[in-house]
Amino acid sequence: MPRSIERHELQRLLAEQKAQLVEVLPADEYADEHLPGAINIPLKQLDHATTRRLDRARPVIVYCYDDQ
Amino acid sequence: MSPRAASRLESIGFEQVYDYAAGKADWGSFGLPLDGDADSSTRVGAHLRTDVPTCRLEDRLPELCRRLDESGWETCFVVNDDGVVLGRIGRAAIRGRQDLSAEEAMTPGPSTIRPSARLEDVAERMQRQSLTTLPVTTPDGRLVGLVTGADVEQARAGTKR
Repeated sequence: MPRSIERHELQRLLAEQKAQLVEVLPADEYADEHLPGAINIPLKQLDHATTRRLDRARPVIVYCYDDQ
Repeated sequence: MSPRAASRLESIGFEQVYDYAAGKADWGSFGLPLDGDADSSTRVGAHLRTDVPTCRLEDRLPELCRRLDESGWETCFVVNDDGVVLGRIGRAAIRGRQDLSAEEAMTPGPSTIRPSARLEDVAERMQRQSLTTLPVTTPDGRLVGLVTGADVEQARAGTKR
């Protein structure tokens, strides 16, 4: 079960474990604004092929706009 | 959306998956930088003033008066040890009430906005509520600064050019 984290934990994972950030919103929303260092894989395109560029040995943090 | 994405990643075989459910709305509301094509100058965070005076609940009004005189501001925010805004005191509230504490003189729970608020939304709100200034805080209430109506209008004029 994926763990829900807050901002401070995200910052710690980025700094200490070189976590990978993935924005799962559509490409135009990613282009508009995204967290520094995040890559974009829209939810509808999330599959084996599109996640190949992610390092499975490092944490992956996904996010969208908010929790609504 | 992100919980489904996190579950999908696990189904693909990723073992260390985390969900930052509060997302970029939360990130931006703390005034943290965002990359992308959007113009950050259209957000309040780019135009706020950070030199607004603060005080504690137990501070006495003569001291606040001195602080306002030195700063040139007409308003002061009452904050706790964590910088969370508890109240607001305008110069008018101090006049003739020198024997009070900040807690006794303050207007508690002032309305606040986040650094990520859009200038046009803030301008509309200030006009609707006849406000000349608005405190800017993080979502957990910590004071970041103050935005004035004049600054908002000047910034909007600049971003329209």
